[in-house]
Amino acid sequence: MSKKGSWSPYFAGALSGVVAIGSVWFVGKYFGASTSFVKSAGMIEQIFSPERVAQMPYFIKEVPAIDWQWMFVLGIALGAFVASKLSGTFKIQMIPDMWAERFGIATRPRAIAAFIGGIIAMFGVRLANGCPSGHGLAGASQLAVSGYLALICFFIGGMISANLLYKGGEQR
Amino acid sequence: MTTLLYGLITGVFFGFLLQKGEVLRYDKQIGALRLQDMTIVKFMLSHIAVAMVGIYLLYDLGIVKLSLKSTILGGVVIGAILFGIGWGLLGYCPGTSLGALGEGRMDALWGIGGMLVGAGIYAEAYPYLQKTVLTWGDYGKITIPQALGINHWIVIVILLLAMLGLFKWFEQKKL
Repeated sequence: MSKKGSWSPYFAGALSGVVAIGSVWFVGKYFGASTSFVKSAGMIEQIFSPERVAQMPYFIKEVPAIDWQWMFVLGIALGAFVASKLSGTFKIQMIPDMWAERFGIATRPRAIAAFIGGIIAMFGVRLANGCPSGHGLAGASQLAVSGYLALICFFIGGMISANLLYKGGEQR
Repeated sequence: MTTLLYGLITGVFFGFLLQKGEVLRYDKQIGALRLQDMTIVKFMLSHIAVAMVGIYLLYDLGIVKLSLKSTILGGVVIGAILFGIGWGLLGYCPGTSLGALGEGRMDALWGIGGMLVGAGIYAEAYPYLQKTVLTWGDYGKITIPQALGINHWIVIVILLLAMLGLFKWFEQKKL
Protein backbone atom coordinates (compact mmCIF):
# COMPACT_ATOMS: atom_id res chain seq x y z
CA MET A 1 0.00 0.00 0.00
CA SER A 2 2.97 2.35 0.16
CA LYS A 3 3.58 4.30 -3.00
CA LYS A 4 6.99 5.51 -4.03
CA GLY A 5 8.62 7.45 -1.23
CA SER A 6 5.63 7.33 1.08
CA TRP A 7 4.87 5.41 4.25
CA SER A 8 1.58 4.03 5.46
CA PRO A 9 -0.33 6.81 7.27
CA TYR A 10 -0.84 4.40 10.19
CA PHE A 11 2.92 3.91 10.53
CA ALA A 12 3.85 7.59 10.06
CA GLY A 13 1.06 8.66 12.42
CA ALA A 14 2.07 6.17 15.10
CA LEU A 15 5.71 7.27 14.87
CA SER A 16 4.61 10.90 15.20
CA GLY A 17 2.83 9.81 18.39
CA VAL A 18 6.18 8.55 19.68
CA VAL A 19 7.70 11.96 18.84
CA ALA A 20 4.89 13.63 20.80
CA ILE A 21 5.54 11.40 23.83
CA GLY A 22 9.26 12.26 23.66
CA SER A 23 8.47 15.96 23.48
CA VAL A 24 6.22 15.83 26.54
CA TRP A 25 8.67 13.61 28.44
CA PHE A 26 11.92 15.44 27.78
CA VAL A 27 10.83 19.02 27.16
CA GLY A 28 7.35 19.16 28.72
CA LYS A 29 5.85 20.51 25.49
CA TYR A 30 2.64 19.43 23.81
CA PHE A 31 2.12 19.91 20.06
CA GLY A 32 0.35 23.00 18.77
CA ALA A 33 0.67 25.36 15.83
CA SER A 34 -1.88 28.15 15.69
CA THR A 35 -0.56 30.33 18.54
CA SER A 36 2.53 30.88 16.39
CA PHE A 37 0.37 32.65 13.82
CA VAL A 38 -0.84 35.02 16.55
CA LYS A 39 2.73 35.67 17.63
CA SER A 40 3.82 36.23 14.03
CA ALA A 41 0.91 38.61 13.38
CA GLY A 42 1.88 40.48 16.55
CA MET A 43 5.52 40.68 15.51
CA ILE A 44 4.51 42.08 12.11
CA GLU A 45 2.16 44.64 13.71
CA GLN A 46 4.91 45.64 16.14
CA ILE A 47 6.97 46.92 13.21
CA PHE A 48 4.25 49.48 12.44
CA SER A 49 2.75 50.33 15.83
CA PRO A 50 4.64 48.85 18.80
CA GLU A 51 2.76 51.01 21.35
CA ARG A 52 -0.62 49.76 20.16
CA VAL A 53 0.45 46.09 20.21
CA ALA A 54 1.86 46.52 23.71
CA GLN A 55 -1.57 47.42 25.10
CA MET A 56 -3.76 44.95 23.20
CA PRO A 57 -5.12 42.33 25.62
CA TYR A 58 -4.62 39.41 23.22
CA PHE A 59 -0.99 40.31 22.59
CA ILE A 60 -0.47 40.69 26.34
CA LYS A 61 -1.84 37.15 26.73
CA GLU A 62 0.12 35.75 23.75
CA VAL A 63 3.31 37.82 23.77
CA PRO A 64 4.61 38.29 20.21
CA ALA A 65 7.99 36.55 20.43
CA ILE A 66 9.69 33.47 19.05
CA ASP A 67 9.15 30.52 21.40
CA TRP A 68 9.24 26.70 21.40
CA GLN A 69 6.09 26.36 19.31
CA TRP A 70 7.20 28.95 16.74
CA MET A 71 10.37 26.96 16.15
CA PHE A 72 8.30 23.75 16.07
CA VAL A 73 6.14 25.16 13.26
CA LEU A 74 9.24 26.30 11.37
CA GLY A 75 10.66 22.81 11.89
CA ILE A 76 7.57 21.26 10.26
CA ALA A 77 8.39 23.14 7.04
CA LEU A 78 12.04 22.06 7.22
CA GLY A 79 11.20 18.44 8.01
CA ALA A 80 8.73 18.27 5.14
CA PHE A 81 11.30 19.79 2.80
CA VAL A 82 13.95 17.24 3.83
CA ALA A 83 11.54 14.29 3.60
CA SER A 84 10.22 15.33 0.17
CA LYS A 85 13.72 15.93 -1.19
CA LEU A 86 15.00 12.58 0.12
CA SER A 87 12.07 10.65 -1.31
CA GLY A 88 11.96 12.58 -4.58
CA THR A 89 8.41 13.79 -4.00
CA PHE A 90 9.29 17.50 -3.72
CA LYS A 91 7.44 19.36 -6.44
CA ILE A 92 6.67 23.04 -6.95
CA GLN A 93 2.93 23.12 -7.50
CA MET A 94 0.75 26.23 -7.75
CA ILE A 95 -2.67 24.52 -7.88
CA PRO A 96 -3.59 21.22 -6.18
CA ASP A 97 -4.75 18.44 -8.53
CA MET A 98 -8.24 18.07 -7.08
CA TRP A 99 -8.79 21.83 -7.33
CA ALA A 100 -7.47 21.99 -10.91
CA GLU A 101 -9.74 19.16 -11.99
CA ARG A 102 -12.81 21.01 -10.72
CA PHE A 103 -11.98 24.70 -11.10
CA GLY A 104 -9.14 24.83 -13.62
CA ILE A 105 -5.55 25.98 -13.30
CA ALA A 106 -6.13 29.75 -12.95
CA THR A 107 -4.21 31.07 -9.96
CA ARG A 108 -6.61 33.77 -8.81
CA PRO A 109 -9.65 31.67 -7.75
CA ARG A 110 -7.43 29.32 -5.75
CA ALA A 111 -5.55 32.25 -4.18
CA ILE A 112 -8.81 33.94 -3.13
CA ALA A 113 -10.30 30.74 -1.68
CA ALA A 114 -7.10 29.89 0.19
CA PHE A 115 -6.70 33.43 1.55
CA ILE A 116 -10.30 33.80 2.71
CA GLY A 117 -10.25 30.23 4.00
CA GLY A 118 -7.11 31.09 5.95
CA ILE A 119 -8.74 34.15 7.56
CA ILE A 120 -11.84 32.20 8.64
CA ALA A 121 -9.82 29.17 9.76
CA MET A 122 -7.45 31.17 11.94
CA PHE A 123 -10.20 33.30 13.49
CA GLY A 124 -12.11 30.13 14.33
CA VAL A 125 -9.13 28.26 15.65
CA ARG A 126 -8.17 31.07 18.01
CA LEU A 127 -11.75 31.26 19.26
CA ALA A 128 -11.60 27.50 19.85
CA ASN A 129 -8.15 28.02 21.44
CA GLY A 130 -6.51 25.23 19.45
CA CYS A 131 -6.02 23.74 16.01
CA PRO A 132 -5.94 20.13 14.75
CA SER A 133 -2.53 19.85 16.44
CA GLY A 134 -3.31 21.52 19.77
CA HIS A 135 -6.86 20.20 20.21
CA GLY A 136 -6.91 17.34 17.74
CA LEU A 137 -3.62 15.63 18.58
CA ALA A 138 -2.39 16.96 21.95
CA GLY A 139 -5.85 17.49 23.45
CA ALA A 140 -7.25 14.17 22.30
CA SER A 141 -4.12 12.32 23.48
CA GLN A 142 -4.75 13.74 26.97
CA LEU A 143 -8.40 12.66 26.75
CA ALA A 144 -9.49 16.30 27.08
CA VAL A 145 -13.20 16.87 26.48
CA SER A 146 -12.27 20.05 24.58
CA GLY A 147 -9.99 18.04 22.26
CA TYR A 148 -12.65 15.58 21.10
CA LEU A 149 -15.35 18.25 20.91
CA ALA A 150 -13.10 20.44 18.74
CA LEU A 151 -12.03 17.51 16.57
CA ILE A 152 -15.65 16.61 15.80
CA CYS A 153 -16.58 20.25 15.09
CA PHE A 154 -13.51 20.75 12.84
CA PHE A 155 -14.76 17.93 10.64
CA ILE A 156 -18.40 19.07 10.71
CA GLY A 157 -17.40 22.57 9.53
CA GLY A 158 -14.97 21.19 6.98
CA MET A 159 -17.45 18.72 5.56
CA ILE A 160 -19.99 21.52 5.11
CA SER A 161 -17.69 23.87 3.19
CA ALA A 162 -15.73 21.27 1.19
CA ASN A 163 -18.91 19.54 0.04
CA LEU A 164 -20.61 22.83 -0.85
CA LEU A 165 -17.51 23.87 -2.80
CA TYR A 166 -17.37 20.64 -4.80
CA LYS A 167 -21.12 20.17 -5.06
CA GLY A 168 -22.41 19.20 -8.47
CA GLY A 169 -18.95 18.82 -9.94
CA GLU A 170 -18.45 15.08 -9.68
CA GLN A 171 -16.08 14.10 -12.43
CA ARG A 172 -15.74 10.43 -11.68
CA MET B 1 17.80 28.88 23.67
CA THR B 2 17.84 25.11 24.27
CA THR B 3 14.05 25.17 24.37
CA LEU B 4 13.99 26.80 20.94
CA LEU B 5 16.35 24.18 19.57
CA TYR B 6 14.15 21.39 20.96
CA GLY B 7 11.17 23.03 19.27
CA LEU B 8 12.96 23.06 15.93
CA ILE B 9 14.12 19.44 16.21
CA THR B 10 10.67 18.19 17.27
CA GLY B 11 9.12 20.11 14.39
CA VAL B 12 11.57 18.62 11.90
CA PHE B 13 10.66 15.09 13.02
CA PHE B 14 6.95 15.87 12.91
CA GLY B 15 7.17 17.56 9.50
CA PHE B 16 9.18 14.63 8.16
CA LEU B 17 6.48 12.17 9.26
CA LEU B 18 3.61 14.35 8.03
CA GLN B 19 5.28 14.41 4.62
CA LYS B 20 5.93 10.65 4.61
CA GLY B 21 2.32 9.99 5.58
CA GLU B 22 1.09 12.19 2.67
CA VAL B 23 -0.82 14.34 5.14
CA LEU B 24 0.42 17.64 3.69
CA ARG B 25 -1.60 17.38 0.50
CA TYR B 26 -4.67 19.46 -0.28
CA ASP B 27 -6.12 16.41 -2.06
CA LYS B 28 -5.80 14.29 1.08
CA GLN B 29 -7.24 16.91 3.45
CA ILE B 30 -10.19 17.77 1.22
CA GLY B 31 -10.44 14.05 0.35
CA ALA B 32 -11.16 13.36 4.02
CA LEU B 33 -13.76 16.12 4.23
CA ARG B 34 -15.46 14.72 1.12
CA LEU B 35 -15.27 11.23 2.68
CA GLN B 36 -13.22 9.88 -0.21
CA ASP B 37 -9.79 9.33 1.33
CA MET B 38 -9.19 8.84 5.05
CA THR B 39 -5.38 9.21 4.99
CA ILE B 40 -5.31 12.17 7.38
CA VAL B 41 -7.78 10.53 9.75
CA LYS B 42 -5.65 7.36 9.83
CA PHE B 43 -2.58 9.47 10.61
CA MET B 44 -4.30 11.50 13.34
CA LEU B 45 -5.94 8.55 15.07
CA SER B 46 -2.73 6.49 14.95
CA HIS B 47 -0.92 9.43 16.54
CA ILE B 48 -3.56 9.72 19.27
CA ALA B 49 -3.59 5.94 19.89
CA VAL B 50 0.14 5.85 20.58
CA ALA B 51 0.43 9.21 22.33
CA MET B 52 -2.46 8.68 24.76
CA VAL B 53 -1.04 5.36 25.99
CA GLY B 54 2.47 6.82 26.37
CA ILE B 55 1.37 10.06 27.98
CA TYR B 56 -0.93 8.38 30.52
CA LEU B 57 1.73 5.78 31.38
CA LEU B 58 4.18 8.60 32.12
CA TYR B 59 1.44 10.52 33.90
CA ASP B 60 0.66 7.57 36.19
CA LEU B 61 4.37 7.29 36.97
CA GLY B 62 4.40 10.97 37.92
CA ILE B 63 6.88 11.83 35.17
CA VAL B 64 4.79 14.22 33.06
CA LYS B 65 2.08 16.79 33.68
CA LEU B 66 -1.04 17.23 31.58
CA SER B 67 -1.65 20.55 29.84
CA LEU B 68 -5.39 20.72 29.26
CA LYS B 69 -7.35 23.34 27.37
CA SER B 70 -10.62 24.54 28.88
CA THR B 71 -13.87 23.16 27.57
CA ILE B 72 -15.75 26.39 26.84
CA LEU B 73 -18.72 25.30 24.74
CA GLY B 74 -19.22 28.72 23.09
CA GLY B 75 -15.60 29.12 22.07
CA VAL B 76 -14.80 25.52 21.19
CA VAL B 77 -17.99 24.66 19.27
CA ILE B 78 -18.40 27.95 17.37
CA GLY B 79 -14.67 28.39 16.85
CA ALA B 80 -14.03 24.83 15.70
CA ILE B 81 -16.94 24.86 13.24
CA LEU B 82 -15.71 28.20 11.86
CA PHE B 83 -12.23 26.73 11.58
CA GLY B 84 -13.65 23.77 9.70
CA ILE B 85 -15.43 26.02 7.21
CA GLY B 86 -12.19 27.88 6.52
CA TRP B 87 -10.24 24.61 6.40
CA GLY B 88 -12.56 23.27 3.68
CA LEU B 89 -11.70 26.33 1.55
CA LEU B 90 -7.99 26.38 2.31
CA GLY B 91 -7.28 22.64 2.37
CA TYR B 92 -4.51 22.98 4.94
CA CYS B 93 -4.56 23.48 8.71
CA PRO B 94 -2.11 25.82 10.50
CA GLY B 95 0.62 23.21 11.02
CA THR B 96 0.23 21.45 7.68
CA SER B 97 0.25 24.74 5.74
CA LEU B 98 3.92 25.19 6.63
CA GLY B 99 4.64 21.55 5.85
CA ALA B 100 2.84 21.82 2.49
CA LEU B 101 5.02 24.80 1.65
CA GLY B 102 8.05 22.71 2.60
CA GLU B 103 7.22 20.10 -0.04
CA GLY B 104 6.62 22.74 -2.70
CA ARG B 105 2.88 23.48 -2.48
CA MET B 106 2.94 27.18 -3.19
CA ASP B 107 -0.82 27.69 -2.78
CA ALA B 108 -0.24 27.22 0.97
CA LEU B 109 1.35 30.70 0.93
CA TRP B 110 -2.03 32.34 0.25
CA GLY B 111 -3.44 30.43 3.20
CA ILE B 112 -0.55 31.40 5.49
CA GLY B 113 -1.13 35.05 4.53
CA GLY B 114 -4.84 34.69 5.25
CA MET B 115 -4.15 33.03 8.59
CA LEU B 116 -1.84 35.86 9.66
CA VAL B 117 -4.61 38.34 8.79
CA GLY B 118 -7.13 36.16 10.63
CA ALA B 119 -4.91 36.13 13.72
CA GLY B 120 -4.69 39.94 13.58
CA ILE B 121 -8.48 40.26 13.28
CA TYR B 122 -8.96 37.89 16.20
CA ALA B 123 -6.61 39.96 18.36
CA GLU B 124 -8.81 43.01 17.61
CA ALA B 125 -12.01 41.14 18.46
CA TYR B 126 -10.64 39.41 21.56
CA PRO B 127 -11.73 41.96 24.22
CA TYR B 128 -15.33 41.66 22.97
CA LEU B 129 -15.25 37.85 22.57
CA GLN B 130 -13.75 37.46 26.03
CA LYS B 131 -16.87 39.04 27.53
CA THR B 132 -19.34 37.11 25.36
CA VAL B 133 -18.69 33.85 23.47
CA LEU B 134 -15.79 32.84 25.73
CA THR B 135 -18.04 32.89 28.81
CA TRP B 136 -20.73 30.62 27.33
CA GLY B 137 -20.71 27.15 28.89
CA ASP B 138 -17.31 27.11 30.60
CA TYR B 139 -16.73 23.67 32.12
CA GLY B 140 -13.05 24.26 32.85
CA LYS B 141 -10.16 21.91 32.15
CA ILE B 142 -11.89 18.54 32.16
CA THR B 143 -11.01 15.16 30.69
CA ILE B 144 -13.41 12.46 29.50
CA PRO B 145 -12.55 10.10 32.41
CA GLN B 146 -13.14 12.94 34.89
CA ALA B 147 -16.46 13.82 33.31
CA LEU B 148 -17.58 10.18 33.42
CA GLY B 149 -16.02 9.52 36.81
CA ILE B 150 -14.13 6.43 35.61
CA ASN B 151 -10.48 5.37 35.38
CA HIS B 152 -8.62 6.79 32.38
CA TRP B 153 -7.46 3.34 31.22
CA ILE B 154 -11.06 2.28 30.65
CA VAL B 155 -11.51 5.26 28.33
CA ILE B 156 -8.21 4.53 26.59
CA VAL B 157 -9.09 0.88 25.94
CA ILE B 158 -12.55 1.80 24.60
CA LEU B 159 -11.01 4.44 22.31
CA LEU B 160 -8.36 2.00 21.06
CA LEU B 161 -11.03 -0.59 20.23
CA ALA B 162 -13.14 2.05 18.47
CA MET B 163 -10.12 3.18 16.43
CA LEU B 164 -9.28 -0.39 15.43
CA GLY B 165 -12.87 -0.92 14.31
CA LEU B 166 -12.76 2.28 12.29
CA PHE B 167 -9.42 1.33 10.67
CA LYS B 168 -10.81 -2.05 9.71
CA TRP B 169 -13.82 -0.37 8.14
CA PHE B 170 -11.61 2.15 6.24
CA GLU B 171 -9.58 -0.72 4.78
CA GLN B 172 -12.66 -2.71 3.80
CA LYS B 173 -14.13 0.33 2.06
CA LYS B 174 -10.69 1.25 0.62
CA LEU B 175 -11.00 4.79 1.96
